[in-house]
Amino acid sequence: MRSSDTGNWDVIVVGGGHNGLAAAALLAKSGRRVCVLEADDEVGGGARARQLAPKFRTSSLAHVLNRLDAELIRTLDLESHGLELGGAPMPTVALGKGDPLILHGAYGKTVTGLGEAEGRAWTELRRRLMLQAGVLKPFLARRPPQLDTLTLGEKGVLGGAALSLKRLGKDEMRAFLRMVLMNVADVADECLDDDRLKGLLAFDATLGSHLGPRSPTSLLGLYYRLAGEIEAKPGAQTVPKGGMGAVVASLASAAERAGATLRTKAGVGRILVEAGRAVGVVLEGGETLRALTIVSAMNPRTTMLDLVGARALDIGLVRKLTHIRMKGDVAKLDLALDRPPTFTGVDEDALSGRLVIARSSDDVERAFNPAKYGEFSREPVMEIVLPSLHDPSLAPDGACVLSAVVQYAPYDLKEGWETGKPKFLEAVLGRLEAHAPGLRESILRSELLTPADIEARYRMPGGHWHHGELQADQMLFSRPVSGMSGYDTPIDGLYLAGAGSHPGGGISGRPAMNAVRHILAAEKR
Amino acid sequence: MMARNTVETNTAPVSDVFGKSGPLRLETPFHPRIAALMHTHAWYDWSGYLSAHSLWDEELEYFAIRSQAALFDLSPMVKYRIEGPDAEAFCDRLTLRDVTRLKPLRVQYTAWCDDAGEVIDDGTLFRLSETRFRLCCQERHLPWLLDGAIGFDVAIEEETEAIAGLALQGPTSFAVLQAAGFGEIGSLKPFGIAEFAHEGGRVTISRTGFTGDLGYELFVDAGDALSLWDRLWEAGRLHGLNAIGFGALDRARIEAGFLIANVDFVTVDAALRADRARMPDEIGLGWLVDMKKERFNGRRAIEAARAKGANRHVLVGLEIEGNVPAEHAIVYHRKKREAGIVTAAIWSPMLKRNIAIASLQRPYGDTVTDDLWVEIYALHELRYVKLMKRARIVERPFLKLDRRRATPPGGF
Repeated sequence: MRSSDTGNWDVIVVGGGHNGLAAAALLAKSGRRVCVLEADDEVGGGARARQLAPKFRTSSLAHVLNRLDAELIRTLDLESHGLELGGAPMPTVALGKGDPLILHGAYGKTVTGLGEAEGRAWTELRRRLMLQAGVLKPFLARRPPQLDTLTLGEKGVLGGAALSLKRLGKDEMRAFLRMVLMNVADVADECLDDDRLKGLLAFDATLGSHLGPRSPTSLLGLYYRLAGEIEAKPGAQTVPKGGMGAVVASLASAAERAGATLRTKAGVGRILVEAGRAVGVVLEGGETLRALTIVSAMNPRTTMLDLVGARALDIGLVRKLTHIRMKGDVAKLDLALDRPPTFTGVDEDALSGRLVIARSSDDVERAFNPAKYGEFSREPVMEIVLPSLHDPSLAPDGACVLSAVVQYAPYDLKEGWETGKPKFLEAVLGRLEAHAPGLRESILRSELLTPADIEARYRMPGGHWHHGELQADQMLFSRPVSGMSGYDTPIDGLYLAGAGSHPGGGISGRPAMNAVRHILAAEKR
Repeated sequence: MMARNTVETNTAPVSDVFGKSGPLRLETPFHPRIAALMHTHAWYDWSGYLSAHSLWDEELEYFAIRSQAALFDLSPMVKYRIEGPDAEAFCDRLTLRDVTRLKPLRVQYTAWCDDAGEVIDDGTLFRLSETRFRLCCQERHLPWLLDGAIGFDVAIEEETEAIAGLALQGPTSFAVLQAAGFGEIGSLKPFGIAEFAHEGGRVTISRTGFTGDLGYELFVDAGDALSLWDRLWEAGRLHGLNAIGFGALDRARIEAGFLIANVDFVTVDAALRADRARMPDEIGLGWLVDMKKERFNGRRAIEAARAKGANRHVLVGLEIEGNVPAEHAIVYHRKKREAGIVTAAIWSPMLKRNIAIASLQRPYGDTVTDDLWVEIYALHELRYVKLMKRARIVERPFLKLDRRRATPPGGF
C-alpha cells in the first residue's frame, strides 16, 4: 500500500458535509494541512443544492436555516465568502382548518390570526419557552461534561447552569423543572386553545424524531429548536440569499481560503489503525492517505463499525454503537412546478415563508400512530418551503420549486418502500392539494426521498438526518454513546465531529466547532 | 442485550408447577451413576444442575484425589463452542492471553474483561482444531460473546447441555486411563488434548484439572456419558477410583491456589456494588495480560490503570498459625487496621498447614507485607472464641506436586 500513498497531511477530514467543511476550515485556520474527503461528486452533504429536473434545482435535505452558529460565521468570516442571511426572519404559516395563522419575527414574536386573549397566552408561553431554552443553550456550545473525569472547568459549567436556573427566580425555576421532560402536547394544551398553534408546536417539537407530540419528553425537541438562533434572534429561521447551497458554498470557500484541500469522489473505505492509533485512511479506490489526526464528520456508527471496524474496538462499545437508535422517520419531497402554487388564504409575502401543515396536536399524533407499527402516515404532516422564491436560479422564469419535509415515514416500512413509496407519495400530494388546490396539475416532476433513499444517497444510516435520535437518552454525555461523548474515540488521533455527536443535527456547525476546540486543546497537551 | 433465561412466574399451585415444568434443578448426563453412589444426599445447585457436594465422606473423597483417583462430574461447567475462520482472532480479541500462540490440541487458562478492564470471568480455552475452540467457564456469557462476534466470521453456541464432562484426578488417574484403553495418553503433556474413539463417537481428553495433581478432563456428547463413566469405573476398580463431590475438589483447588469466580473475586456482571469489580492485576491474574498483543478487550483500561497505579487490591496466599480454617475472616495489619478479607481457607491435609487465599487492599500485600493478622471466630458450643492469628504471605500454589507435570506420568 505504501507505494500508492498520496501525500501526508496533518489532518484528514472524512465527510464533506457542513460539519466536515466547518471542521476543515477551523483546523486549516490553525495552521494545519487539512484534506477533506467527500464520497459524492460535490461537497455539502444534506445541505447542498441538488438537481431535480433540467433547469430545476432544490435543497437536498435541509431547506431552512435556524441554527447556523454566529461564532462560526464570525470566526470564518463567512460573509466575505458570500453568505448573506438576509434581514428579517422568514414567517411561519400554520395551515389548519380555516384561515392560516401567520407567525412573524423570530418564532412568532407577533402572530396574525389569533384572538386577543390567545395572543397574550402565546406571548407568555413563547417567553417562557425562550427563557427555558436559554438555560439549556450553554450546554450546546461545549463539550459534554465527562462524568468519569469531571474537571474543575466542567464542574464550573454545571455550577453555572445551576446558578442560571436559580437566577430565573423561584417560579420560573419550578416551571422549568416541571416542564423540561414533559410532552409538547400537554404543555400546549395547558397554555393554548388554538389548534393551528398547538399543531405547529407539536410538529416543530417532533420533526426529525421518532416521537409523537404525546410521547414523553417531546418538548425537548422544541427547546433544541429554540436554542438555535439566526442573527442573534433565538427561534428565527431564514433562507440565505442564493438558497441553502450558499451556506455550503461559503464554508467550502472559507476552508479552501484557509488552505484546506477538498477532494470529491474520494469515499473513505477504511481508517488505518496501527497500535491503537489512527494513522491514515484508505479510499474506496485503494489509495492511501496518511495523517495523525483523522476527523470524521460522518455518522459515528459508520465511522467506528465500518471504517475502523468492530474488531479494533472493545465489545461493550460495539454493543452501544449497535444500539444507537437511528431510524429516520422523515421523507423529503421535491416538486418542479410550472408555476408558483397557491395556498388557500396565504398571500404572496407569506408564501416566501415556511408553511406547516399540522392541523392540531392530534393531527400530528394521528400521523405518528402508524409509524409505531412500521406504517406510513395516511395523513402526513409537513413543512413546505419554496426555495426558488429565495434563489430564482433554482427554477426557470415563471416556474417554481417546492420542497417539503414530511413525516412520518418509518425507515423500516413493514410493506417495504418499493411498494410503499408510490402510496405514500399519493398521501402526501393529497394532503398538499387540500391546502393548495390545483397544485397537482402544475407538477412537472416529483421526487420523494424516503429514509431508505436518504440513507443510500447521503450515507446517513437509517436515513436519520440527526445521525441518531435526538432524545434525552442520546443527548449530551450519551451522544453518540456514553463513554465516547467527548469527540475523541478509543482510537488515538480519531475524532468525531458530525451531527451524531453533541449537540446534534441541524445546520449549525456546532459539533464541528466543539470538536475542533477539543482537538486543538488535546494536541497542545 | 440480556440473556433470556427467564423463570416464568406462575400462580398455579406448587404441585402444578413441578408437574408441568419438571424439577427446578437439571440432572447431568451422569446423574444415574452419581445418584446410585450417593450416600450423604449432600446435593447442591451448580449453575442450575443438581450436583454432589459429597457422596460418602468429604475427607476420604479428598484423599481419593491425593492418593488414588477421583472422578468428578463437571458437566454443569458452562461451555461454548466457537468455530469459524476467524475463531482464533475472535478469541484473541476476547481474552487476555495471546491465542495466536495457542496451538491446536492445546489448552490455555485465561480470563476476559469488559471495556473497563474488569474481569468478566476466568476459564479454560481449548483449541480443538485450527478453527474450533471450546471456552469453559463458571458464568454464562452468550450475549457478550455474540456481540463480540460482530465483525468476525465465527459461529458461537452454548454447548453446556450437549457436552458432558468428567474430571479424573489423582496419582493413579493415568493408570485408570491406561486400563480403560486410553494408554496412548501417556505422551500427553500438561495442557495437551488428545481424541479417542468411544462407542462409535469421540472422547476428548485433556491433561488439565482443578486439583494441582496429575489429572485429566474428559468430554463426550451427552449421549455417550454413561458408557464413558462405566468404562472408567470398570477400569478404576483396581486403582482406587472413587466418585467425589465439590467439597473435596474445593480443598484440593485451594492447595493448588486456583480461584473460583464469585468466590475468590466478584465478576463484574455479578457485582451489585461498583467497587467490587476487579481488574486482572487485583486478583493475581496480571500474568495473563499480554501487553504485546495490539488489542484485546479492556486493554486500554488496563494499560491506563497500570500507568496510573490505580489498582487498589492484591490477591495473596496466606499461611496462618494454628489449625482453625480462617474462611471469610478479616485480615488486619498490626491487629488493628483492616487490610482485607480471606476468600477461601482450609487446613491443608497434605501440607499440614493452615492456608488461605485473601484479597487485600493496597498497600497491604503490596508494599506492606509484615505484621498481618487474621481474626477467626471459632464457634465452640454456642460461644465464639475469637482467635487473632498471625498470617504470613506465601507463594501460590501452596502445594506443588512433581507428578502433576511428569511425562509420561507414573503408573500403578
